[in-house]
Amino acid sequence: MARIVAGVGCSHIPSIGAAADKGMEQDPYYQPLFDGYGPAREWIKRIAPDVVILIYNDHASAFSVELINTFVLGVGDQFKPHDEGYGPRNVPDVVGHGELAEHILESLILNEFDMALANEMSVDHGLTVPMTVMFDKPEAWPCKVIPLCVNVIKYPQPTGNRCFNLGKALRKAVESYPEELNVAVFGTGGMGHQLQGERAGLINEEFDQYFLNHLQNSPEELTKLTHLDYLRDAGSEGIELIMWLMMRGAMHSPSEVYRFYHVPMSNTAAGLICFEETV
Amino acid sequence: MDNDYDDIPGTYIFDTKRCKEGFHLNRFCKSLDNADNREQFRANPTAYLNQYPMSPEQRQLVEERDWLGMLQVGGNIYYTFKLAVFDGLTMQHVGGLMSDMSVDDFRAMMLDGGRKLEGNQSKKQNQTGR
Repeated sequence: MARIVAGVGCSHIPSIGAAADKGMEQDPYYQPLFDGYGPAREWIKRIAPDVVILIYNDHASAFSVELINTFVLGVGDQFKPHDEGYGPRNVPDVVGHGELAEHILESLILNEFDMALANEMSVDHGLTVPMTVMFDKPEAWPCKVIPLCVNVIKYPQPTGNRCFNLGKALRKAVESYPEELNVAVFGTGGMGHQLQGERAGLINEEFDQYFLNHLQNSPEELTKLTHLDYLRDAGSEGIELIMWLMMRGAMHSPSEVYRFYHVPMSNTAAGLICFEETV
Repeated sequence: MDNDYDDIPGTYIFDTKRCKEGFHLNRFCKSLDNADNREQFRANPTAYLNQYPMSPEQRQLVEERDWLGMLQVGGNIYYTFKLAVFDGLTMQHVGGLMSDMSVDDFRAMMLDGGRKLEGNQSKKQNQTGR
């Protein structure tokens, strides 16, 4: 059967992708960040997942204000990088795992998580930056990717608890797939940041550390955080962290293998946490 | 109706009301993630904007590049930022312009650990001191 072997929480700040694309990893501003990614890249090479389920949000790229879905699963076989105003990122196309994705979609809906389905969609920095963070710059991505897109832009976002429980259902779906596959789940976005308004630039390291410290052993405490808690204390865009809770929900007994936190990257706190499944 | 999040200072939560209000404004901004559209907008901004039936106020805020004002009439930062990218601005430029800081001061604030939560958590708290 397929198994979830690893989980990653990872910020998806666009400037990380831009820096990598321009070869600026050794620039003094970016060097601490890319140095911090080194051990995670070594680790994921060893894990060598066959498939990554990548939980992210679309930033007005594939989806727009005409139709806003809370949860969308990409069941297609290929996803192209989106043009976010500078031309598409020069990164490989994402190759999906259509069959596993179909199975997950049906399993989730039958378990009462009513996903929308995308046969075709472009993917933006929300998805491609975590791929760069973890896999650097290969000719082709070393694994297949199933995009799971969450609305975190428009209020009300799904609750953290809902995301956590969807993660649990995701695990059940993966484990009921007959083929032997090693699956990693990436929960992306965050950490604390606010891009908008007079409060732009808000960083609350205390909140971020609290979140990181509870993610492995007491995620139930994090599921109690309300929309107001996130919006006020992590910043209006910091609510992306609910997607890390979905990753955590998909893991049974994670063991933390690596953690990295850096401020600032653009207007945001960049965080990274890597878990291995122990059962 | 009062929303608990309206108490957060300097923050415009993109809720259903704002999402509806800003529909055409956001659709205009979103259209700029297409290279042909960018060319058309560059060539003839007026004709291009005419395709999007925004309110006169929204249209003016777009033309004036009032980044804060756009949020107050239903713009969402991920949408309005596409217009900023079109103008060649970074998120630090926009962050500075929305919070009345120069881009250099904004960058320096970020390098110093970002804007602090203290004093920025609650309008009520700021008024009453507790």
